[in-house]
Amino acid sequence: MTKKISVTVNGTKHELEVEPRLLLVHMIREVLNMTGTHIGCDTSSCGACTILLDGKSIKSCTVLAVQADGHSLTTIEGLAPEGGPLHPLQDGFKENHGLHCGFCTPGMIMRCVELLEHNNNPTEEEIRWGISGNLCRCTGYNNIVKAVQWAGAKMRGEETPSTEPEFV
Amino acid sequence: MIAQSFHYESPATLAEAIALLNEHGDEAKVLSGGHSLIPMMKLRFATPSYLIDINRIPGLSDIVEDVDGTIRIGSLVRESQLEHSELLGRHFPIFKDVTKLIADPQVRNMGTLGGNLAHGDAANDHPAVMIALRASVFITGADGERSVPIDEFFYGFYMTAIQQGEILTEIRLPVPPKGTGNAYHKLERKVGDYATSGVAVQITVDESGVVTAAGIGLTNVNPVPLRAVRSEEALIGKPLSDETIELAARYASEDCSPSSDLRGSEEYKRHVTGVLVKRMIRKAAERAQA
Repeated sequence: MTKKISVTVNGTKHELEVEPRLLLVHMIREVLNMTGTHIGCDTSSCGACTILLDGKSIKSCTVLAVQADGHSLTTIEGLAPEGGPLHPLQDGFKENHGLHCGFCTPGMIMRCVELLEHNNNPTEEEIRWGISGNLCRCTGYNNIVKAVQWAGAKMRGEETPSTEPEFV
Repeated sequence: MIAQSFHYESPATLAEAIALLNEHGDEAKVLSGGHSLIPMMKLRFATPSYLIDINRIPGLSDIVEDVDGTIRIGSLVRESQLEHSELLGRHFPIFKDVTKLIADPQVRNMGTLGGNLAHGDAANDHPAVMIALRASVFITGADGERSVPIDEFFYGFYMTAIQQGEILTEIRLPVPPKGTGNAYHKLERKVGDYATSGVAVQITVDESGVVTAAGIGLTNVNPVPLRAVRSEEALIGKPLSDETIELAARYASEDCSPSSDLRGSEEYKRHVTGVLVKRMIRKAAERAQA
């Protein structure tokens, strides 16, 4: 009872034969062996499995692989070329300590790719609402907000804010 | 968590989808955005043998305004489309209120208005909004299309007017007259939670300040989505005043039937409902003047 599907992942077309009940996140991690996309809660609450489906951020634990037939996916692996410069968001998270353990980071970044696509100069409030479907249990979010603002500045071609730590 | 095995069909036309539903009867479920159904399937609360994915059917994803003053919203319109639609924003700022409070951005990229209603859950937010806006729900089956007023759509827990072999295809909203405002708010413990209580209000106020029409819908404080009939009546035909608003709020808190749970006691939910009714009437009235 398998189904043939054709999915483009990070620009590469894959023809796969999958069970209809296979979740998209399992297809990415276990069939395509791309483990950058994480499974957190498995209940569409935490956002760790966020990827782009035709450019829109979605939670891949709550989408079936068969639903992606004929569509185009982007995962964290597809953001920057191998050995090439990082995506501004990846740089931003690195420069601003936007992660501690890093588990939420791929999902957080993929969500923010869409966020900055729509608005590359979001306010703090817009960023916090924008990542309201992504949980981070380490950072307390402040450095994530800074990382996104930093990436926005870089994408606008402006000088990026200082990443000196604040002592309060 | 992995769902029980099922057959997957993704018909290209509505007729094909309806034929498949008729063929497989109650073994089949319709897949729209999937953000209520897939979690239930993963938990094996829902174990359909056939999943009929309607996402590849053209013509169900548009928001259009008819010349006769009706807004037609296809059942596959995503929450994020409702959130950013200029057309809806012009007549119904309530959609910006409600979508912002539904789940989170990623879920709103998948979840659909049709699915939110067809799921038949009184905890969902759109039912109350549709009650306030006096929507009609269009359902298509083998015998063609029929229209059901929103007040006759919700039957009980996960039960709606949609019969076996039928698909919810469109929602129609009357464009409100001048002097109309609408608003929604829900109290939620955190992003993505169901409402402790939610209130949708639409009111029309004429030039002399008299309320000529009112719609008030309540979320998650009743076994089925509830129209606060006495609250509406308390407003209609009178100028809006602290007294009429107070009365509308009291009636809503008396007429709903919430159950005590982790989100609060019955008494607390009745109180919150009253507070939200007052706030949403005032917000809708402000927007009516603007």
